[in-house]
Amino acid sequence: MTATEIRSGVLRQRHAAEIEAILARYPADQRRSAVMPLLYLAQHEYGYLHAEAIDEVAEILGISGTQVGSLVGYYSLYHDHPGGKVRMQICTDLPCALRGAESFAREVCQNLGIRLGETTADGAVTVEEVMCLAGCDKAPMFQVQDDHGIHYREHQTVAAALEWVEEVRRTHGR
Amino acid sequence: MAAEHILLRHLDVPGLDRLDVYLEHGGFAALRRAVTEKSPQEVIELVRASGLRGRGGAGFPAGVKWSFLSADVFPRYVVVNADESEPGTFKDREIMERNPFQFLEGVAICAYAAQAATAYIYCRGEFWDLAAALEARIAELRAGGLLGKRLFGTEFSLDIFVHLGAGAYICGEETALLESLEGKLGQPRLRPPFPAAKGLYALPTVVNNVETLANLPPILERGAEWYRTIGTKDSPGTKVFSLSGHVVRPGNYELPLGTPFRTLIYEHGGGIPGGRAIKAILPAGASAPMLAATDEVLDTPMDYESLPKVGSMLGSASIIVMDETVDIAWVVLKTTRFFKHESCGKCTPCREGTFWMLQVLERLHDGGPAAGQVDLLNAVAKGIEGKCLCPLGEFAIMPVMSGIERFRPDFAAHEGNGK
Amino acid sequence: MTAADVHLTIDGKPVTVPAGTLIVDAAKRLGIDIPVFCYHPKLEPVGMCRMCLVEVGRPARDRTTGEVPLDEQGNPKLFYNVKLETACTTTVGEGWDVRVTSDKALAGRKEVVEFLLTSHPLDCPICDKGGECPLQNLTLDHGPGTSRFVFDDKIRLHKRVPLGDLIFLDRERCIQCARCIRFQEEIVDDPVIGFYERGRKLEIVTFSEPGFDSHFSGNTTDICPVGALTTTDFRFGARPWELNAAASICPHCPVGCNLTLNTRREAESGGAEVIKRVMPRQNEAVNETWICDKGRFAHHFASSPTRLQRPLVRREGRLVEATWDEALQAAADGLRAAGSGLVGIAGGRLSNEDLFVFRRTVEAAGGSAMLDSRMAGGDLAAHFGLGRQADLGRLGAGDVILVVGADLHEEAPIWWLRVKQAAQRGASLIVAHPRPTRLDGFAAHRLVFEHGRSVEAVLGLASHGAEGKGLDRYGHAPELAPAAHAIAEARDFVVFFGGEGLDGAGTQALAQACGSLLAATGHVGKANSGLVAVWPRANDQGAWDLGFRPIDDVGGALRQARAVYLAASDPLGDDPSTQVALDSLAFLVVQELYLTATAERAHVVLPAQSFVEREGSLTTGEGRVQRYYPAVPPLGATRPDWWIAGALGARLGAPEAPASAAGCFEQIASAVPSYAGISYAALAEVRPQWPLVGGDDLYFGGTAYANSQGLGVKRSTGAEVDSTMKIAWPAPPTPPAGSGLLFVPVVRLYDRGTTVLPSMLLEPHRSRQQVELNPADAHALGVGDGARITFEWDGRAETAEVAVVDGVPEGIALVPRSSGMSLLAPTRGRLRTSAQGADR
Repeated sequence: MTATEIRSGVLRQRHAAEIEAILARYPADQRRSAVMPLLYLAQHEYGYLHAEAIDEVAEILGISGTQVGSLVGYYSLYHDHPGGKVRMQICTDLPCALRGAESFAREVCQNLGIRLGETTADGAVTVEEVMCLAGCDKAPMFQVQDDHGIHYREHQTVAAALEWVEEVRRTHGR
Repeated sequence: MAAEHILLRHLDVPGLDRLDVYLEHGGFAALRRAVTEKSPQEVIELVRASGLRGRGGAGFPAGVKWSFLSADVFPRYVVVNADESEPGTFKDREIMERNPFQFLEGVAICAYAAQAATAYIYCRGEFWDLAAALEARIAELRAGGLLGKRLFGTEFSLDIFVHLGAGAYICGEETALLESLEGKLGQPRLRPPFPAAKGLYALPTVVNNVETLANLPPILERGAEWYRTIGTKDSPGTKVFSLSGHVVRPGNYELPLGTPFRTLIYEHGGGIPGGRAIKAILPAGASAPMLAATDEVLDTPMDYESLPKVGSMLGSASIIVMDETVDIAWVVLKTTRFFKHESCGKCTPCREGTFWMLQVLERLHDGGPAAGQVDLLNAVAKGIEGKCLCPLGEFAIMPVMSGIERFRPDFAAHEGNGK
Repeated sequence: MTAADVHLTIDGKPVTVPAGTLIVDAAKRLGIDIPVFCYHPKLEPVGMCRMCLVEVGRPARDRTTGEVPLDEQGNPKLFYNVKLETACTTTVGEGWDVRVTSDKALAGRKEVVEFLLTSHPLDCPICDKGGECPLQNLTLDHGPGTSRFVFDDKIRLHKRVPLGDLIFLDRERCIQCARCIRFQEEIVDDPVIGFYERGRKLEIVTFSEPGFDSHFSGNTTDICPVGALTTTDFRFGARPWELNAAASICPHCPVGCNLTLNTRREAESGGAEVIKRVMPRQNEAVNETWICDKGRFAHHFASSPTRLQRPLVRREGRLVEATWDEALQAAADGLRAAGSGLVGIAGGRLSNEDLFVFRRTVEAAGGSAMLDSRMAGGDLAAHFGLGRQADLGRLGAGDVILVVGADLHEEAPIWWLRVKQAAQRGASLIVAHPRPTRLDGFAAHRLVFEHGRSVEAVLGLASHGAEGKGLDRYGHAPELAPAAHAIAEARDFVVFFGGEGLDGAGTQALAQACGSLLAATGHVGKANSGLVAVWPRANDQGAWDLGFRPIDDVGGALRQARAVYLAASDPLGDDPSTQVALDSLAFLVVQELYLTATAERAHVVLPAQSFVEREGSLTTGEGRVQRYYPAVPPLGATRPDWWIAGALGARLGAPEAPASAAGCFEQIASAVPSYAGISYAALAEVRPQWPLVGGDDLYFGGTAYANSQGLGVKRSTGAEVDSTMKIAWPAPPTPPAGSGLLFVPVVRLYDRGTTVLPSMLLEPHRSRQQVELNPADAHALGVGDGARITFEWDGRAETAEVAVVDGVPEGIALVPRSSGMSLLAPTRGRLRTSAQGADR
């Protein structure tokens, strides 16, 4: 993705129909409401939300780059730095922690050779700890955030989690 | 006693998440009757008479909330609070996943009562797959003439859209939710004005929780008096209790309000694993004072009016159980870390105070200099109390102060560790 | 006292205020300062900082009986809310009692201060804000003596974050009050700073390119209640208690913002007093409490090392230093010889005193005095000007504002702000401009026309009115009728006219059309209606009031003259083609701040003082006469322009000039009817203004300067004297003939003009030697952004870079003024690219 490509509106070129559909959900004079779904769109296209992505979304909505960029910093699911191919977000909040989530997270990280918050050396997985995901009865559990969305993996064991990481590696190529 | 499920009906009727099955089982009859036979005002009256209280945590009577909508100001909006982010809460998720059409029918009934033509479901971003499924079901309803223009041959039109949040617990606070939906930073607004007067886009808006709305089809079908036969006088109806933590069978349990803790934890939840002793209960996720699991507490009915008598609140009824192996100081570290992470930062006491409390708690746990730190922790919590712009800060101090008050030895143990 | 007034007590003291007043403001009226950080009287209250928590007692109403129970004294029983409430978001209620200094309120205040201090660094010894910092004051009043917060836990953040290149942010000092963000969003519609992250990590960021891209960014450093936001200009410059303050008026544009110049004696300047910073001075009728960044940062021209300090006389082909006597004698001798072949040209930067004496001197010597300006219509602006009580701040619903041919955001930013606010208060704004401007988003009506056809647009509006017979051919565009209807229904109607796309004659016609429109719609002689010219210079209106008229063709005037006396005018610097005419003059005297290109060719150069070294008066575009005072001692041997002109005049037979600026003004008041009755004393009068600023208090926080040295006085307008409707529809000027692009000079706020160039910190914002083209035109020409081209007109050729900009209309090339290109009026021309010689 070169700078000129971004400046010429990649999002508009590749996702015109989806952008229109998103805008149509909100009143015509309240297009700013579309900023959150558009940020997801941009994040899935670019992997993370850099300055150009923010400018593109701002331009589509007719608001300032700061009004868009500000949201990227505020919300936990928007990322301003690249991560691994997938983000493995493990809930270690109280109810999950009462059912072994903290040791689960620790062991997964040890096996992957990284600390919480870091990315594996091959760039496949970023492991993060997050707050309650409403999966408290299925702990330990984590969610996977990638370029397609967010998906839950619950009732986890360390072995199952590591096997899943292997699958990720196979799918995305080493 | 296998009481029938009103909200978790999918446990009684397999396949209820399919539209054909839902319709077969009386689905959308309530909406049809409301729209074709009642006026919006009558629906409001009916819901008010049922005594249905908001199920998101505040427990405010739903029908009363709707009656605050500014007369003569249009358009109006219905906004569903599906931002379920309170630790230990997973009831809205199950309702939306497994009994989605009853929920959507409830949204429609609410929209009719509020005379709104558009409803937004603000769904936490982590519920990505659930939201996609919901959108598919909404599309099915549109295709089936149950959503869209001029429903059931009347002038009532409604469309429902799903709007995803992006990972901020504070957006579960209704005014912060509206700010977020408007595309701004999800920080709470000043109240007054309340959303019923100036809500989404400064227009009259009803904001209700998923579970609250899922109650509407049964209430419309079977009437207010029927609803009042369940639960208690001040807390009618059933509640979906999310049970988590140190129990054999964590999960959602729909029980009449007024059911005691003991019944939920031991009869339904299977008690504490390994037969260990129960030590503490957080009855409303992290957002209420912690209870020492005494007999008195275990026998307390779980409803809005009884919890305050034992020094806590029902809130969202997210029951987190902790057994004797738990260090309450560690529990409070977890809840404080949660609130500090989720604090929006707008007001000084919460922004600085949750940060400060966490520093003290971490030092207590890391073995740093800790003399007098428990009293300090309590003082900081007291300093936050009553000063915050929104309830988050006020809730953040509840586990801290109740933890210190009711489980002081757990904290004192850490104080001795440092220099 | 009206029925809508509310009576309450605050700390036991009774006060009566209008309904809707906030508790903080009600307390202020009693002289009780409730501490605030996030609250600012010109911003929407947000109740974020929690500093203003007070106890509120309200008459309790029995829910069953609906009655209010009384106490033993027969007063309504008050119920005090258990929770403290924010005074900044709560409007007063009848019979309330607010406790500001109760134990509970003080405990709350103490706690909030303690919370702020857990993150705030102990920077006072090195912080710019020390000494004028409300957090500092509050800490002394309410803070804990010792900290309970473990120092090692304290958050560490970046302390020198550039937000753009004019403003620095210290993240540790920021208390997240959001005043800066809200100012940018609410007041100036530049949401280019915002919050990032959340909770304790909440920090200010900017995503604009360049960062913090706003013409008003400096105001955030005034309202920042701590030392988090500082300007590059003043950062680490001085301690507030070392500073002296002088009242001044901004010299850059016709808004006439009131300034306070802070100065300090410094060793570095040999013990001389130097200007450390420029701050707004409150004048609610002119600039409220704001100034634009040009006024704030473009003051360095006054202290530039290249300023002329001594008189110069040409001897043996070279300019050498001379005494005043020598120089004045040489000048007088030279000018006297010219007789009626003397031409005097003065610039609109000069004060009323300077201009008055200059003209008298030139005329006494048999010559004629002219104004160096390509914009006209000032006589009509004087006749149809705003009335004595006029105040843009009172325009709102029911009023109409028309802005034609001017881009206020670039030409007069504070007028842009005031007009925008009027529109937000409900005034119907009509923006009539050939290209998009920053006012468009606030306009109820948007009229678009080709460059050069501003007069037709106004005639078009007039054609829909009762007096518009014969103007039908101008009235076809569909947007005209609703706009004209709005004008017809308007209670007050204000017209701003500017010179974009027109030359002198064109603006004269435009002024004529606008004035007639005011007359035709019955808005002449009304308190808050009238005509305002958006002049290029600060005192162009004063010059017109004093009888100056501009010359469109400077070169022609120079060619016909035998001797020329210039003050604040640099024809050669503006237009290289005047060189021949200048060099063939018999005698040239230049009175200037710098050795300009013209001055280098003079026979005598007389060094003038800048506005910071002397006093004088300027007349704003709204017709307000305002006085400014000296801030620093005069540089070298410089003298005020009026003194120089007077001394010269004395040697040329003019009446003896007064010995002071005040004396000059007395003579103006006698000689010019519209200035009758105004004096320096009257100009120095002040009245209490709201909001109250600059006190010792903790309210409104930090740096703000009350106005103790003069609010100025409106001079009268012709219409006030003679309100007969003078309707005369002018014939519209013919736009320049020919094919090819129309080159149009436009104003940019930061240019390369002599009063702006010396401020190096503005370099990244400055207009460049650039020609702006529409994308289609650029494409047809085969040039892209940054391409070097040559543009030719009237037999001249100059080089420039191309900038491709969406907002430029097709067929137009915009040429920023004072940016290195000498185009002064709209002209047809050609663009050539280097290689093929292809042109358009």
